[in-house]
Amino acid sequence: MSEERKIKVLIAKPGLNSHDRGAKVVARALRDAGMEVIYTGLRQTPEQIVETALQEDVDVIGLSILSGAHMTHLPRIMQLLKEKGMTDILVIAGGTIPEEDVPKLKEVGIKEVFPPGTPLEKIVKFVLENAPRRKK
Amino acid sequence: MILYIVPDAKGLVLMFDEQKIKEIMREKERWEKTTVADWLCRMPERQEVFTTPSGIPIKRLYTPEDVKDIDYLRDLGFPGEYPFTRGIHATMYRGRLWTMRQFSGYGTPEDTNKRWKYLVAHGETGLSTAFDYPTIMGLDPDHPMARGEVGVCGVSVPTLRDMEILFDGIPMDQVTTSMTINHPTTVLLAFYIATAEKQGVPQEKLGGTVQNDNLKEFHAQKLCVFPPEAALKLSVDVIEYCARYVPKWNPISISGYHIREAGATAVQELAFTIYDGIVYVEETLKRGLKVDDFAPRLSFFFALHNNFFEEIAKLRAARRLWARIMKERFHAKNPRSMWCRFHVQTSGCTLTAQQPLNNIIRVAIQALAAVLGGCQSLHTNSYDEALCLPSWEAVTIALRTQQIIAYESGVTDTVDPLGGSYYVEWLTKEMEERAMEYIQKIDDMGGIIPAIEKGFIVREISDAAYRYQREIEEKKRIIVGVNEFVMEEEPMKINLFRVDPEVEKRQIERVNEIKRTRDNRKVKELLEELRRAAERNENVMPYVIRAVKAYATLGEIIGTLKEVYGEYKPETII
Repeated sequence: MSEERKIKVLIAKPGLNSHDRGAKVVARALRDAGMEVIYTGLRQTPEQIVETALQEDVDVIGLSILSGAHMTHLPRIMQLLKEKGMTDILVIAGGTIPEEDVPKLKEVGIKEVFPPGTPLEKIVKFVLENAPRRKK
Repeated sequence: MILYIVPDAKGLVLMFDEQKIKEIMREKERWEKTTVADWLCRMPERQEVFTTPSGIPIKRLYTPEDVKDIDYLRDLGFPGEYPFTRGIHATMYRGRLWTMRQFSGYGTPEDTNKRWKYLVAHGETGLSTAFDYPTIMGLDPDHPMARGEVGVCGVSVPTLRDMEILFDGIPMDQVTTSMTINHPTTVLLAFYIATAEKQGVPQEKLGGTVQNDNLKEFHAQKLCVFPPEAALKLSVDVIEYCARYVPKWNPISISGYHIREAGATAVQELAFTIYDGIVYVEETLKRGLKVDDFAPRLSFFFALHNNFFEEIAKLRAARRLWARIMKERFHAKNPRSMWCRFHVQTSGCTLTAQQPLNNIIRVAIQALAAVLGGCQSLHTNSYDEALCLPSWEAVTIALRTQQIIAYESGVTDTVDPLGGSYYVEWLTKEMEERAMEYIQKIDDMGGIIPAIEKGFIVREISDAAYRYQREIEEKKRIIVGVNEFVMEEEPMKINLFRVDPEVEKRQIERVNEIKRTRDNRKVKELLEELRRAAERNENVMPYVIRAVKAYATLGEIIGTLKEVYGEYKPETII
């Protein structure tokens, strides 16, 4: 019988935005739900985030952004993932992202966007249900 | 470290005599056994324990017993007199109202200039600048990291020309301006001084505040350019320069706001902020200034969250704590050195994206607490800030909220109207004592730099943030519209405010034009002089002023300082 490895998640802060309360709280919740969680720290370029995801061989990327620059950074990250063939990674986003931008982000491959006030439970459940499962 | 000495118990002026207290205690016991017990049989309380968000247990009722150790003259005193618990001014708002100062900025300097003039026309009494992320990080708009961020979260001010446009038609000898800028403070203050000079206003006449609290950037907000020691050095450069040459300027706003917004409790906010204040005083003393030469110009900045009484108690405790520290520990003689003067901003993180109009009520309650806590200036948040930058309509309502409190509520007619409330006085004392415990803990670690390097403060804040979120998840705390009274369909669509995407292009063009038209050889020389001054560990302020006057850009100046001081690497503690 083959065992599944723990879901490995990268929580990343793209751009200059420094509000990391949400990112850290979500990171802890995922960790408490039994996942392996890495946090990039602040001010990562799309290139750095994709590079870390590749190096760490993660299953999930959670992008937190509250600066309003999401339409610049998020599509760029998706494009880089595509170029590197990392399309099986589940990508989700959270922060002050207006509802009207969500369809555009989903179009480029972001699976879900969690607005402020989302219960942690909902994020955890979404990741558990949608993350690719891999053998140890 | 002994912060201050509480005088011995002899000669106290207690508010109630011992006999009376005994009688009250006896009667209270009787009341609990009879009236309360009877009532509880019929109507159990909603919770088994009630606590403040800082975790302080709250009793059912407060009586004179709870304030029996408070000496009125020692612990409360009179407004405008030591220890300033009841207010720093003798008549408080009967004389002058607080400054209504709305933090604002977006897009180009032209855009922000327009919004400022609108706010002033509608009764705002002080300016407050929100810079964009590239400016806050000391980057020019053409830097690769600035992509998508120029003018988005604040106004882009990378050169002296931008500051000149920002203040076009605004007489700098008549307004006071607050600038939320930290690690690159030297440059933005230099822009301000140089712009004023062009308006014919000498630096001695300038009034306003720079945030310049570089330490708290490591605890929270995290907009760090330089490593801790260099960042602290630069903060003190500004304090020293202003003490000598810009005497009416507040060279620092020692900030609890960001610490709190990152998740800290009110007690932690109070403790870490006061601790940072102690560090700035100690470091500035090393420059050969006397405490009374600079301490009167140190100012503070606190957050105001939802728990009405805990927040008021925090502000009152801050005044008493700071006054005692300045008098007992630093031997200040000038009473102004003991003033904890502060700006307050209502809490951004308590605003909800769900049912956003409810935020108007939250802001009103928070603003009322700020006023009852005796603030010197106040920013009220706009109801749409969980979703976007404030729209024109939202920012107008926020300003009107302050005006309604000031002119309609009557709370401004007497000084410290909650003083003497058994609960408020007890809680004020409790906040002060709990903050002191934290201060002792940081001392035991060897001070602020080791505490930062060990990640102590960041971890304390993260733990508190997670605890708070868990309480919301478990419905131990109710957030209306988020975990209770939820509506599937949002009742009201709000119009989102968006910044023109052309801003980035225009700001890059302006920097390029400046670089084409200035005397580049002179800029190079002045940057070289700045570098040498930094290497010699001199105060860099005079060199930065010379460089900005020759139109050296923010990115060039901060870039030069980074070469000397190094760069901060963000932490990754979860």
